[in-house]
Amino acid sequence: MVNGAPVAADVEDRMLLVHFLRETAGLTATNVGCDTTSCGACTVLLDGESVKSCTILAAQADGRQVTTVEGLAGPGGELHPMQRAFRAEHGLQCGFCTPGMVMASVSLLRENPHPTEAEVRSGLEGNLCRCTGYHNIVRAVLAAAEEPAS
Amino acid sequence: MIPAPFSYRRAGSVAEALDLCTEYGEDAKFLAGGHSLLPLMKLRLAMPEVLIDLGPVRELSYVREEDGHIAIGALTRHHDLEHSEMLARVLPLLAHAAGQVGDPQVRHRGTIGGSLAHSDPASDLPATVLALDATLVARGPAGSREIAAADFFQGLFETELEPDELLTEIRVPVPAAGAAGWSFQKFTKRAIDWAIVGVAVQGSAVALVNMAGTPVRAAGVEAALAGGATPAEAAAHAAEGTSPADDINASPAYREHLARVLVERALLEAQSV
Repeated sequence: MVNGAPVAADVEDRMLLVHFLRETAGLTATNVGCDTTSCGACTVLLDGESVKSCTILAAQADGRQVTTVEGLAGPGGELHPMQRAFRAEHGLQCGFCTPGMVMASVSLLRENPHPTEAEVRSGLEGNLCRCTGYHNIVRAVLAAAEEPAS
Repeated sequence: MIPAPFSYRRAGSVAEALDLCTEYGEDAKFLAGGHSLLPLMKLRLAMPEVLIDLGPVRELSYVREEDGHIAIGALTRHHDLEHSEMLARVLPLLAHAAGQVGDPQVRHRGTIGGSLAHSDPASDLPATVLALDATLVARGPAGSREIAAADFFQGLFETELEPDELLTEIRVPVPAAGAAGWSFQKFTKRAIDWAIVGVAVQGSAVALVNMAGTPVRAAGVEAALAGGATPAEAAAHAAEGTSPADDINASPAYREHLARVLVERALLEAQSV
Protein backbone atom coordinates (compact mmCIF):
# COMPACT_ATOMS: atom_id res chain seq x y z
CA MET A 1 0.00 0.00 0.00
CA VAL A 2 1.38 3.39 -0.96
CA ASN A 3 -0.39 6.44 0.44
CA GLY A 4 -3.41 4.31 1.26
CA ALA A 5 -3.85 2.77 -2.18
CA PRO A 6 -2.62 -0.63 -3.30
CA VAL A 7 0.26 -0.56 -5.79
CA ALA A 8 1.09 -3.97 -7.27
CA ALA A 9 3.92 -4.73 -9.65
CA ASP A 10 6.36 -7.50 -10.43
CA VAL A 11 9.79 -6.00 -9.87
CA GLU A 12 13.37 -7.15 -9.97
CA ASP A 13 14.50 -8.69 -6.68
CA ARG A 14 17.17 -6.02 -6.29
CA MET A 15 14.88 -3.02 -6.88
CA LEU A 16 15.15 -0.44 -4.08
CA LEU A 17 12.04 1.02 -2.52
CA VAL A 18 12.91 4.55 -3.63
CA HIS A 19 13.10 3.43 -7.26
CA PHE A 20 9.82 1.57 -6.89
CA LEU A 21 8.17 4.71 -5.57
CA ARG A 22 9.60 7.00 -8.24
CA GLU A 23 9.58 4.78 -11.31
CA THR A 24 6.88 2.19 -10.72
CA ALA A 25 4.39 4.12 -8.60
CA GLY A 26 5.21 7.43 -10.35
CA LEU A 27 5.59 9.30 -7.07
CA THR A 28 8.61 11.49 -7.74
CA ALA A 29 8.56 13.76 -4.69
CA THR A 30 10.84 11.36 -2.80
CA ASN A 31 14.36 12.27 -3.86
CA VAL A 32 17.51 10.22 -4.22
CA GLY A 33 20.26 12.28 -2.62
CA CYS A 34 23.44 10.59 -1.41
CA ASP A 35 22.25 7.04 -2.12
CA THR A 36 24.38 5.89 0.86
CA THR A 37 21.93 6.01 3.83
CA SER A 38 23.35 9.33 4.97
CA CYS A 39 21.38 12.33 3.72
CA GLY A 40 17.76 11.37 4.38
CA ALA A 41 16.36 12.94 1.17
CA CYS A 42 14.65 9.62 0.42
CA THR A 43 12.93 9.38 3.83
CA VAL A 44 9.41 7.92 3.72
CA LEU A 45 7.23 6.31 6.38
CA LEU A 46 7.07 2.51 6.59
CA ASP A 47 4.14 1.50 8.81
CA GLY A 48 4.26 5.04 10.19
CA GLU A 49 7.99 5.18 11.00
CA SER A 50 10.68 7.12 9.13
CA VAL A 51 13.03 5.01 6.99
CA LYS A 52 15.52 5.70 4.22
CA SER A 53 14.00 4.22 1.09
CA CYS A 54 17.39 3.98 -0.68
CA THR A 55 18.36 1.26 1.79
CA ILE A 56 15.23 -0.90 1.68
CA LEU A 57 14.32 -3.35 -1.04
CA ALA A 58 10.94 -2.83 -2.65
CA ALA A 59 10.23 -6.47 -1.77
CA GLN A 60 10.77 -5.71 1.93
CA ALA A 61 7.87 -3.24 1.80
CA ASP A 62 5.51 -5.84 0.30
CA GLY A 63 2.29 -5.93 2.29
CA ARG A 64 3.22 -2.91 4.39
CA GLN A 65 2.07 0.71 4.50
CA VAL A 66 4.33 3.22 2.76
CA THR A 67 3.64 6.95 3.04
CA THR A 68 5.41 9.52 0.89
CA VAL A 69 5.08 13.29 1.13
CA GLU A 70 2.40 13.08 -1.62
CA GLY A 71 0.28 11.12 0.86
CA LEU A 72 0.32 13.67 3.68
CA ALA A 73 -2.29 16.12 2.42
CA GLY A 74 -5.91 15.58 3.38
CA PRO A 75 -8.61 14.32 1.00
CA GLY A 76 -9.52 17.86 -0.07
CA GLY A 77 -5.90 18.73 -0.74
CA GLU A 78 -5.45 20.66 2.50
CA LEU A 79 -1.87 20.58 3.62
CA HIS A 80 -0.73 18.47 6.56
CA PRO A 81 0.13 20.59 9.64
CA MET A 82 3.82 19.81 9.09
CA GLN A 83 3.63 21.03 5.49
CA ARG A 84 1.84 24.19 6.63
CA ALA A 85 4.49 24.78 9.28
CA PHE A 86 7.36 24.35 6.79
CA ARG A 87 5.68 26.92 4.54
CA ALA A 88 4.86 29.37 7.32
CA GLU A 89 8.35 29.21 8.86
CA HIS A 90 10.09 29.11 5.48
CA GLY A 91 11.65 25.75 6.39
CA LEU A 92 13.20 25.30 2.97
CA GLN A 93 15.59 26.93 0.58
CA CYS A 94 16.28 24.90 -2.57
CA GLY A 95 13.69 22.30 -1.52
CA PHE A 96 15.62 19.15 -2.39
CA CYS A 97 15.82 17.86 1.19
CA THR A 98 12.28 19.02 2.02
CA PRO A 99 10.22 15.88 1.30
CA GLY A 100 12.60 13.82 3.45
CA MET A 101 12.76 16.49 6.15
CA VAL A 102 8.96 16.69 6.32
CA MET A 103 8.58 12.91 6.57
CA ALA A 104 11.31 12.59 9.22
CA SER A 105 9.62 15.41 11.14
CA VAL A 106 6.20 13.74 10.98
CA SER A 107 7.75 10.54 12.36
CA LEU A 108 9.58 12.51 15.05
CA LEU A 109 6.37 14.13 16.34
CA ARG A 110 4.52 10.80 16.30
CA GLU A 111 7.11 9.43 18.71
CA ASN A 112 7.61 12.61 20.70
CA PRO A 113 4.66 15.00 20.25
CA HIS A 114 6.18 17.85 22.25
CA PRO A 115 9.94 17.79 21.70
CA THR A 116 12.43 20.32 22.97
CA GLU A 117 14.51 22.19 20.41
CA ALA A 118 17.46 19.90 21.23
CA GLU A 119 15.27 16.84 20.67
CA VAL A 120 14.18 18.18 17.28
CA ARG A 121 17.79 18.76 16.28
CA SER A 122 18.92 15.28 17.33
CA GLY A 123 15.73 13.76 15.91
CA LEU A 124 16.62 15.18 12.49
CA GLU A 125 20.27 14.07 12.63
CA GLY A 126 19.61 11.68 9.76
CA ASN A 127 18.60 14.45 7.35
CA LEU A 128 21.03 16.82 5.68
CA CYS A 129 20.16 20.23 4.22
CA ARG A 130 22.92 21.31 1.84
CA CYS A 131 21.61 24.86 1.94
CA THR A 132 22.22 24.61 5.72
CA GLY A 133 18.75 26.01 6.39
CA TYR A 134 18.39 24.11 9.63
CA HIS A 135 17.16 26.91 11.89
CA ASN A 136 13.88 27.44 10.07
CA ILE A 137 13.36 23.69 9.70
CA VAL A 138 13.67 23.30 13.48
CA ARG A 139 11.30 26.26 13.98
CA ALA A 140 8.81 24.62 11.64
CA VAL A 141 8.83 21.34 13.56
CA LEU A 142 8.42 23.16 16.88
CA ALA A 143 5.55 25.18 15.40
CA ALA A 144 3.85 22.04 14.07
CA ALA A 145 4.13 20.48 17.53
CA GLU A 146 2.08 23.37 18.89
CA GLU A 147 -0.78 22.66 16.48
CA PRO A 148 -3.45 20.51 18.10
CA ALA A 149 -4.22 18.74 14.81
CA SER A 150 -0.70 17.42 14.28
CA MET B 1 23.38 2.63 -7.09
CA ILE B 2 21.72 -0.75 -7.06
CA PRO B 3 23.04 -4.08 -5.84
CA ALA B 4 24.31 -6.77 -8.20
CA PRO B 5 21.54 -9.22 -9.12
CA PHE B 6 20.49 -11.73 -6.46
CA SER B 7 17.50 -13.90 -5.63
CA TYR B 8 15.25 -12.66 -2.85
CA ARG B 9 13.73 -15.24 -0.53
CA ARG B 10 11.58 -14.52 2.48
CA ALA B 11 11.61 -16.54 5.70
CA GLY B 12 8.56 -16.52 7.95
CA SER B 13 10.18 -18.31 10.88
CA VAL B 14 13.57 -19.31 12.25
CA ALA B 15 13.00 -22.89 11.02
CA GLU B 16 12.22 -21.64 7.53
CA ALA B 17 15.27 -19.35 7.57
CA LEU B 18 17.53 -22.28 8.49
CA ASP B 19 15.94 -24.49 5.80
CA LEU B 20 16.57 -21.81 3.17
CA CYS B 21 20.13 -21.42 4.41
CA THR B 22 20.73 -25.16 4.08
CA GLU B 23 19.23 -25.08 0.60
CA TYR B 24 21.42 -22.25 -0.70
CA GLY B 25 24.55 -22.76 1.41
CA GLU B 26 27.38 -20.26 1.26
CA ASP B 27 25.79 -18.36 -1.64
CA ALA B 28 23.17 -16.98 0.73
CA LYS B 29 23.21 -14.17 3.29
CA PHE B 30 20.60 -13.39 5.92
CA LEU B 31 18.99 -9.96 5.57
CA ALA B 32 17.86 -8.41 8.88
CA GLY B 33 17.44 -4.62 8.90
CA GLY B 34 19.79 -4.44 5.93
CA HIS B 35 21.44 -1.20 7.00
CA SER B 36 24.92 -2.67 6.94
CA LEU B 37 24.47 -5.30 4.24
CA LEU B 38 22.54 -3.35 1.58
CA PRO B 39 25.03 -0.43 1.52
CA LEU B 40 27.86 -2.95 1.04
CA MET B 41 25.88 -4.63 -1.74
CA LYS B 42 25.23 -1.30 -3.47
CA LEU B 43 29.00 -0.68 -3.46
CA ARG B 44 29.52 -4.26 -4.77
CA LEU B 45 31.66 -5.01 -1.73
CA ALA B 46 29.23 -7.84 -1.02
CA MET B 47 27.58 -9.84 -3.78
CA PRO B 48 25.56 -12.70 -2.28
CA GLU B 49 23.58 -14.73 -4.81
CA VAL B 50 20.64 -15.18 -2.46
CA LEU B 51 19.22 -12.92 0.26
CA ILE B 52 17.08 -14.59 2.92
CA ASP B 53 14.88 -11.81 4.32
CA LEU B 54 14.27 -12.26 8.05
CA GLY B 55 11.84 -9.31 8.17
CA PRO B 56 8.73 -11.43 8.80
CA VAL B 57 10.41 -13.46 11.60
CA ARG B 58 8.62 -11.76 14.47
CA GLU B 59 9.54 -14.49 16.98
CA LEU B 60 13.05 -13.01 17.33
CA SER B 61 11.94 -9.53 18.40
CA TYR B 62 11.71 -9.32 22.20
CA VAL B 63 13.35 -8.13 25.40
CA ARG B 64 12.65 -10.46 28.34
CA GLU B 65 13.81 -10.65 31.91
CA GLU B 66 14.87 -14.23 32.64
CA ASP B 67 16.73 -15.95 35.45
CA GLY B 68 19.58 -13.54 36.24
CA HIS B 69 19.87 -12.24 32.70
CA ILE B 70 18.08 -10.25 30.04
CA ALA B 71 17.25 -12.16 26.86
CA ILE B 72 17.08 -10.09 23.68
CA GLY B 73 15.85 -11.47 20.39
CA ALA B 74 18.39 -10.99 17.63
CA LEU B 75 15.90 -9.15 15.41
CA THR B 76 15.04 -6.55 18.06
CA ARG B 77 15.56 -3.16 16.47
CA HIS B 78 17.84 -0.45 17.86
CA HIS B 79 14.72 1.73 18.20
CA ASP B 80 13.05 -0.88 20.42
CA LEU B 81 16.15 -1.24 22.62
CA GLU B 82 16.47 2.53 22.90
CA HIS B 83 12.86 2.85 24.10
CA SER B 84 12.62 -0.30 26.23
CA GLU B 85 11.55 0.65 29.76
CA MET B 86 12.99 -2.59 31.08
CA LEU B 87 16.41 -1.93 29.58
CA ALA B 88 16.36 1.66 30.82
CA ARG B 89 15.92 0.22 34.31
CA VAL B 90 18.15 -2.86 34.20
CA LEU B 91 20.66 -2.31 31.34
CA PRO B 92 20.77 1.43 30.70
CA LEU B 93 24.15 1.08 28.93
CA LEU B 94 22.61 -1.05 26.20
CA ALA B 95 19.53 1.17 25.81
CA HIS B 96 21.73 4.26 25.58
CA ALA B 97 24.24 2.71 23.16
CA ALA B 98 21.43 1.51 20.89
CA GLY B 99 20.18 5.10 20.80
CA GLN B 100 23.59 6.24 19.56
CA VAL B 101 23.58 4.00 16.46
CA GLY B 102 23.22 5.90 13.18
CA ASP B 103 20.12 8.10 13.14
CA PRO B 104 16.39 7.58 13.83
CA GLN B 105 15.74 6.12 10.36
CA VAL B 106 18.60 3.65 10.76
CA ARG B 107 17.37 2.71 14.23
CA HIS B 108 13.87 2.03 12.84
CA ARG B 109 15.39 -0.70 10.66
CA GLY B 110 18.67 -1.90 12.13
CA THR B 111 18.69 -4.84 14.56
CA ILE B 112 21.05 -5.82 17.38
CA GLY B 113 21.66 -9.26 15.86
CA GLY B 114 22.37 -7.79 12.45
CA SER B 115 24.84 -5.34 13.92
CA LEU B 116 26.66 -8.04 15.91
CA ALA B 117 26.73 -10.56 13.05
CA HIS B 118 28.08 -7.87 10.73
CA SER B 119 31.08 -7.54 13.09
CA ASP B 120 32.25 -4.05 12.25
CA PRO B 121 34.66 -2.97 15.03
CA ALA B 122 33.56 0.66 14.46
CA SER B 123 29.96 -0.17 15.39
CA ASP B 124 28.61 0.70 18.81
CA LEU B 125 26.89 -2.51 19.89
CA PRO B 126 29.70 -5.08 19.50
CA ALA B 127 31.85 -3.31 22.11
CA THR B 128 28.78 -2.76 24.26
CA VAL B 129 27.88 -6.46 24.48
CA LEU B 130 31.57 -7.20 25.07
CA ALA B 131 31.61 -4.84 28.07
CA LEU B 132 28.41 -6.48 29.31
CA ASP B 133 29.89 -10.03 29.11
CA ALA B 134 26.97 -11.11 26.93
CA THR B 135 26.45 -14.60 25.59
CA LEU B 136 25.29 -14.98 22.01
CA VAL B 137 23.02 -17.84 21.00
CA ALA B 138 23.33 -19.29 17.50
CA ARG B 139 20.99 -21.84 15.96
CA GLY B 140 21.97 -24.18 13.15
CA PRO B 141 20.81 -27.49 11.70
CA ALA B 142 22.28 -29.33 14.71
CA GLY B 143 20.56 -27.13 17.28
CA SER B 144 21.55 -24.15 19.41
CA ARG B 145 24.89 -23.28 20.97
CA GLU B 146 26.14 -20.44 23.13
CA ILE B 147 29.11 -18.27 22.20
CA ALA B 148 30.72 -15.81 24.63
CA ALA B 149 30.91 -12.28 23.23
CA ALA B 150 34.68 -12.45 23.85
CA ASP B 151 34.91 -15.35 21.36
CA PHE B 152 32.28 -14.19 18.86
CA PHE B 153 34.12 -11.40 17.04
CA GLN B 154 36.94 -12.82 14.93
CA GLY B 155 37.86 -9.86 12.74
CA LEU B 156 36.45 -7.24 10.39
CA PHE B 157 33.13 -8.72 9.12
CA GLU B 158 34.14 -12.13 10.56
CA THR B 159 32.43 -13.93 13.43
CA GLU B 160 32.40 -17.30 15.08
CA LEU B 161 29.09 -18.09 13.33
CA GLU B 162 29.13 -21.00 10.88
CA PRO B 163 27.64 -20.26 7.43
CA ASP B 164 24.54 -22.32 8.27
CA GLU B 165 23.96 -20.72 11.66
CA LEU B 166 21.64 -17.87 12.59
CA LEU B 167 22.23 -15.61 15.58
CA THR B 168 18.97 -15.86 17.51
CA GLU B 169 19.41 -14.34 20.97
CA ILE B 170 21.70 -12.14 23.04
CA ARG B 171 21.80 -12.94 26.77
CA VAL B 172 23.13 -10.22 29.03
CA PRO B 173 23.77 -10.87 32.72
CA VAL B 174 22.14 -8.30 34.99
CA PRO B 175 25.01 -6.21 36.39
CA ALA B 176 25.76 -6.82 40.07
CA ALA B 177 24.80 -4.09 42.53
CA GLY B 178 28.42 -2.94 42.79
CA ALA B 179 28.83 -2.75 39.02
CA ALA B 180 25.82 -0.58 38.17
CA GLY B 181 27.90 2.40 36.98
CA TRP B 182 28.00 2.73 33.22
CA SER B 183 29.02 5.10 30.43
CA PHE B 184 29.15 5.15 26.67
CA GLN B 185 31.47 7.62 24.97
CA LYS B 186 31.80 8.03 21.23
CA PHE B 187 33.89 10.45 19.21
CA THR B 188 32.63 11.22 15.72
CA LYS B 189 33.27 13.94 13.18
CA ARG B 190 29.57 14.28 12.28
CA ALA B 191 26.46 13.27 14.19
CA ILE B 192 25.68 10.10 12.25
CA ASP B 193 29.20 8.85 11.59
CA TRP B 194 30.71 5.66 12.94
CA ALA B 195 32.90 6.20 15.99
CA ILE B 196 36.50 7.13 15.31
CA VAL B 197 36.95 5.70 18.82
CA GLY B 198 34.33 4.73 21.38
CA VAL B 199 34.21 3.30 24.89
CA ALA B 200 31.60 1.24 26.72
CA VAL B 201 31.94 0.89 30.48
CA GLN B 202 29.84 -1.25 32.82
CA GLY B 203 31.15 -1.37 36.37
CA SER B 204 34.87 -2.05 35.99
CA ALA B 205 34.50 -3.70 32.54
CA VAL B 206 35.83 -1.48 29.75
CA ALA B 207 35.46 -2.23 26.02
CA LEU B 208 36.75 -0.17 23.12
CA VAL B 209 35.10 0.64 19.78
CA ASN B 210 37.36 0.82 16.71
CA MET B 211 40.73 0.28 18.41
CA ALA B 212 41.46 -3.04 16.66
CA GLY B 213 40.00 -5.37 14.03
CA THR B 214 37.43 -6.43 16.60
CA PRO B 215 35.96 -4.74 19.64
CA VAL B 216 38.45 -5.26 22.49
CA ARG B 217 38.42 -5.15 26.26
CA ALA B 218 40.86 -2.60 27.67
CA ALA B 219 42.67 -5.19 29.78
CA GLY B 220 45.31 -2.77 31.05
CA VAL B 221 42.63 -0.39 32.31
CA GLU B 222 40.69 -3.17 33.98
CA ALA B 223 43.84 -4.51 35.69
CA ALA B 224 44.74 -1.03 36.94
CA LEU B 225 41.22 -0.50 38.31
CA ALA B 226 41.41 -3.87 40.08
CA GLY B 227 44.64 -2.67 41.66
CA GLY B 228 42.95 0.44 43.03
CA ALA B 229 43.98 2.97 40.37
CA THR B 230 42.03 6.20 39.95
CA PRO B 231 40.16 6.76 36.66
CA ALA B 232 42.98 9.03 35.43
CA GLU B 233 45.66 6.48 36.32
CA ALA B 234 43.73 3.59 34.81
CA ALA B 235 42.86 5.50 31.62
CA ALA B 236 46.58 5.93 30.89
CA HIS B 237 46.58 2.20 30.01
CA ALA B 238 43.67 2.50 27.52
CA ALA B 239 45.69 1.93 24.35
CA GLU B 240 47.73 -0.99 25.65
CA GLY B 241 47.36 -4.09 23.51
CA THR B 242 45.28 -2.32 20.87
CA SER B 243 46.03 -2.08 17.14
CA PRO B 244 44.09 0.93 15.87
CA ALA B 245 43.74 1.50 12.15
CA ASP B 246 45.45 4.23 10.16
CA ASP B 247 42.81 5.68 7.84
CA ILE B 248 41.36 8.88 6.43
CA ASN B 249 39.80 9.74 9.80
CA ALA B 250 42.70 9.33 12.19
CA SER B 251 46.24 8.07 12.73
CA PRO B 252 46.90 5.28 15.23
CA ALA B 253 48.56 7.77 17.60
CA TYR B 254 45.49 10.01 17.52
CA ARG B 255 43.19 7.04 18.14
CA GLU B 256 45.36 6.00 21.11
CA HIS B 257 45.07 9.52 22.50
CA LEU B 258 41.31 9.49 22.02
CA ALA B 259 41.05 6.12 23.77
CA ARG B 260 42.85 7.48 26.84
CA VAL B 261 40.73 10.64 26.96
CA LEU B 262 37.42 8.83 26.38
CA VAL B 263 38.18 6.05 28.87
CA GLU B 264 38.90 8.60 31.58
CA ARG B 265 35.64 10.43 30.83
CA ALA B 266 33.75 7.14 30.78
CA LEU B 267 35.20 5.95 34.08
CA LEU B 268 34.42 9.27 35.75
CA GLU B 269 30.87 9.23 34.42
CA ALA B 270 30.37 5.60 35.46
CA GLN B 271 31.54 6.47 38.98
CA SER B 272 28.92 9.19 39.24
CA VAL B 273 25.97 7.00 38.14
